[in-house]
Amino acid sequence: MKRWEFRLSGSGGQGLITAGIILGEAAVLEGKEVVQSQSYGPEARGGASKAEVIIDTKKIYYPKVVLPDIILAMSQEAAQKYGSEIKENGIIVIDSSMVDDFKHDKAKVIKIPITKLAKDEVGKTFTANIIAIAVLVGLTKVVSFDSLKQAVLNRIPKGTEGINTKALEIGWQWSQEKL
Amino acid sequence: MTIRKTSLIQGNRACTEGALAAGVRFYAGYPITPSTEIAEIMSEELPKFGGKFVQMEDEIAGMACILGAALTGKKVLTASSGPGISLKQEAIGYAAMAEIPCVIVNVQRLGPSTGGPTSSAQGDIMQARWGTHGDHPIIALCPSSVYECFTLTVTAVNFAEKFRTPVYVLLDEIIGHMRENVELPAYEEIQIIDRKKPTCTPQEYKPYIIDESMIPEMADFGTGYRWHVTGLFHDETGFPTGKTEIIDNQLKRLMNKFSKYEDEILLWEESKIEDAEILLVAYGSTARSALDAIETLRNEGIKVGLFRPITIWPFPEKALKAKLEKVKHIIVPEMNYGQLTLEVERICKDKTLVSGLFKVNSLPITPDEIIAKVKEVL
Amino acid sequence: MRPDLHHLFRMDKLPHIWCPGCGHGIITRAIGEAIADSDIDLEQTVIVSGIGCSSRAPGYMNFDTLHTLHGRALAFATGVKLSNPQLNVFVLTGDGDATAIGGNHFIHAARRNINLNVILFNNNIYGMTGGQYSPLTPTGKMATTSPYGNLENNFDIPVLAIASGASYVARGTAFHDKLLVDCIKEGIKNKGFSLIEAMSMCPTSYGRRNKMGTAADMLNDLKTSAVNINVAKKLTPEKLEGKFLIGTLHHKPYREFTEEYDKLIDRLRKEGD
Repeated sequence: MKRWEFRLSGSGGQGLITAGIILGEAAVLEGKEVVQSQSYGPEARGGASKAEVIIDTKKIYYPKVVLPDIILAMSQEAAQKYGSEIKENGIIVIDSSMVDDFKHDKAKVIKIPITKLAKDEVGKTFTANIIAIAVLVGLTKVVSFDSLKQAVLNRIPKGTEGINTKALEIGWQWSQEKL
Repeated sequence: MTIRKTSLIQGNRACTEGALAAGVRFYAGYPITPSTEIAEIMSEELPKFGGKFVQMEDEIAGMACILGAALTGKKVLTASSGPGISLKQEAIGYAAMAEIPCVIVNVQRLGPSTGGPTSSAQGDIMQARWGTHGDHPIIALCPSSVYECFTLTVTAVNFAEKFRTPVYVLLDEIIGHMRENVELPAYEEIQIIDRKKPTCTPQEYKPYIIDESMIPEMADFGTGYRWHVTGLFHDETGFPTGKTEIIDNQLKRLMNKFSKYEDEILLWEESKIEDAEILLVAYGSTARSALDAIETLRNEGIKVGLFRPITIWPFPEKALKAKLEKVKHIIVPEMNYGQLTLEVERICKDKTLVSGLFKVNSLPITPDEIIAKVKEVL
Repeated sequence: MRPDLHHLFRMDKLPHIWCPGCGHGIITRAIGEAIADSDIDLEQTVIVSGIGCSSRAPGYMNFDTLHTLHGRALAFATGVKLSNPQLNVFVLTGDGDATAIGGNHFIHAARRNINLNVILFNNNIYGMTGGQYSPLTPTGKMATTSPYGNLENNFDIPVLAIASGASYVARGTAFHDKLLVDCIKEGIKNKGFSLIEAMSMCPTSYGRRNKMGTAADMLNDLKTSAVNINVAKKLTPEKLEGKFLIGTLHHKPYREFTEEYDKLIDRLRKEGD
């Protein structure tokens, strides 16, 4: 497997760092090497927030993303700030319910109304990060759906298994339709 | 080795796991980014181990408080960053002078002053050595992975106890905040060192005796030894003295107290060093960039290697000097304006060229930047 | 000194370094008497101080003694007491040490109501550095750094301690040493933060500069300026003008920090079983 570089961006409070950790933990379940890091501003809520995940089968030294294979952007600000630098033929996943307009000439842009799906289909806006992570895994197959599901179940509070599983399935389904 | 479950954990958390494994049972501190997770986790975990956590009114108090606790026999640790470490310097000097075991975790952030709270830097290398006033001994260890945050915190606690000294664990924000898959050893398999306690009678006890070991025994408060601790110059009994000969002898012992234990204290790692013509000297997160750069450069046939000091202070001087046979040029990449470069120059300038690669703008030094620098000096 | 106090002092370290006429010796002896008259384990007793004239006292006392940094005695003492609540911990500090550089530690140690016995030697001046004004130098008084008279206001230490959360607050003087011993004994009994302000006198750096006469004159000033709180209750405000109160000024025990922490440990242990 090649080195996979993920950049998850949005605003503080959207759960992107948690999403990054879950993606990393799913890869750990499969015995892969993982480094997860983040950068954020002084705000606990709002402001641009960025989580990075690197997954590889060999030891990871440099712990930051050099040039992402795939970007998730869940706010207009994040799309503008983090959406330009990407590998040739990389994928940019845009939460179209949060980002009005986004174009990129060398990457494939996939628009999915992630937050709207979380609100309308799952019934809980806070599951948007779980939908998003299922989309990213669905598009890259960096880990299996089962590993991702296991990682989600390991981390979420008791009693939320149903809605989180639903969020995962919705994200996965959308990703397969967009492939 | 029994391995606890492999997990994805943060550098700061690994520090706390190392502290608890090494027997730390007292923490006092003050919240500051990017070290705060350490305080948060210790506040949750310590009472479960019968230990104590207290959030003090300021950084100075946090440092002073752990020294008080250390005197009752507890293994103690505090953590901070940037401005907080500056405030702690007075009490760190006290710990060096009164020879009180303690560990200070410094998750380095961009300075000077408030600087960049969530930005990474390696700007406290010289502060760790000379931050407090006066000549004094110090040990500083520098992890470059989450796993090492665990192992080196254990080592730091052991060194503090064995050598009666403050010990720094110098993380940088990248190492402190990144998560990495690690396999931590079970607590019961970790080698733990306890401080030497007196077996003599209280009348015979000399808490600052100058003998072969260079490290005097230390009695816990409350065990009948009724000894005196002061930051003033003191004689073997611990009481203040103005006699120059005693001051001289005690300071000489302090400044030399690690020399006979260098084999144990000086830690470093070498990578592809045997035939290296260009040697990178890098530490902390920057050493990781160096390893990636070496892989790329070796594929191009460029003979480059890495010397990674793990013990930054005292610096593994002889070990570095012994590797210079084929080296034509040393490059020291660091996230400051050349603090360790100065030390490397001092040691190596007679034998080889030394250049620094400095970056102080909140971003890490990338493998590409190191590659470019190596090609520049070729 | 009472012969039955000798074992509490490091007799070989005496005589002390304080100037002739200094009140600190009397206060130090009073602390010894209070300890002797209280039922506490001498081997389980730690005396902590900061920096300054008063902070030299622990060096003369035969216990585990900790002479720390300027202002930081309470922070060190918090570590001693919290890490081993079995220990009886005394903090000997001065007006500059406790209320200027150590002011933050003072209010927060009181706020935690941690079981420390704090004796604040108040001589209204920085003695050791040669007579600079402290937060307790009265307004208008001369000091080497207030050569035209002190422009600043003072703390009222008992009021500050009570407002911060101390559960026992008292004041004695170098003249009223029996009362001082009683106050310290009450402080030892109190399970919480006890603050005893001990009015001392500094003929060398304060009295001389303010033309207060001999040490005996200054001692007499303490005698005439102090009014016992029980007597004061019967006096009019006019009669109390220019006086200060002595005796137990406040005693209200409530939850103590190290006990609460031990309860937490017990609770977590039970939950873990």
